[in-house]
Amino acid sequence: MSSDTEQPCDPNSGPCRDALQNLFVYIDGQLTMERRLVIKEHIDRCSHCFERFSFELELRQVVAQSCRDTVPESLKMRIAEAIGCDLDSELPPCCEQESPDSRS
Amino acid sequence: MADQQTFAVDAMPLMTALYSGALRMTRNPADAEDLVQETYLKAYRAYDRFEAGTNLKAWMFRILTNTFINTYRKKQRRPAESEFDADDIYLYHRLGGEQGAALSRSAEDELLDLFGEAEVKEAVEDLAEHYRLPVLLADVEGFSYKEIAEILDVPIGTVMSRLHRGRKQLQKRLYEFAKARRLVPDPPVALAAVADALNTESSAPSLPEADHEL
Ligand SMILES: [Zn+2]
Repeated sequence: MSSDTEQPCDPNSGPCRDALQNLFVYIDGQLTMERRLVIKEHIDRCSHCFERFSFELELRQVVAQSCRDTVPESLKMRIAEAIGCDLDSELPPCCEQESPDSRS
Repeated sequence: MADQQTFAVDAMPLMTALYSGALRMTRNPADAEDLVQETYLKAYRAYDRFEAGTNLKAWMFRILTNTFINTYRKKQRRPAESEFDADDIYLYHRLGGEQGAALSRSAEDELLDLFGEAEVKEAVEDLAEHYRLPVLLADVEGFSYKEIAEILDVPIGTVMSRLHRGRKQLQKRLYEFAKARRLVPDPPVALAAVADALNTESSAPSLPEADHEL
């Protein structure tokens, strides 16, 4: 069964069901490339699934953005002191980089 | 002392993530500060055992999580845990996606305004711990299933099923907030369905364990 935007969407069968069953894993970016492409192709054509996926993605972003708190200065100072870090050489406050780890 | 210098440079920028995570875990600023400080001290002392080239953030979250579980968890009140089985796009449906009942079709664009930051935090913190940790690690910190499995020391299939249920619980909580603030109408039929789901105490047998292709 091929789906396009004209067809009624049935979440309980066919490609819509397949897409919805993989919704979380798709958004988590943990599908194989091959599976990912199959789903991607479907949501590009099915406006129902597109809406659902967009909603979940947006929700994910809202959760991630909301769950960030400012580190108290006093804590930063205490830890910096304890691990011998010179805070005067100002570090960027929260750059989430993979550690380059220059030791070798 | 080269190692210690490297540690400070690489680990200090992770503090916002670790502190935010600690707050969600302990739900208490004083405990969160202690937890983060202890995590940095432990990591600093153990840094020579950190495997070069691996993910420092994941390594530090493992220390954070273990420290939380071994020390701070004992003090925690356990929220009532009701198992809740709903479809995967529960919130979308409740907010009227497809029926266009409560919100416009572009409901997702309004989500940011719909839920306050404090409500989202509270919803996450209300999750039972075995759901809260994976949800934090995946949805807030963006770790992969494999990394979360290593951080929490559980199989990948367990990570996936807990994420699955945890996300549904989170959506249910957010819907309750929306309802409490009368942001959405409360259709009696939908409510009855929710009540049923809650009362059934279903153990949700059909979860995607490891049979997803990864
Ligand atoms: Zn579809």
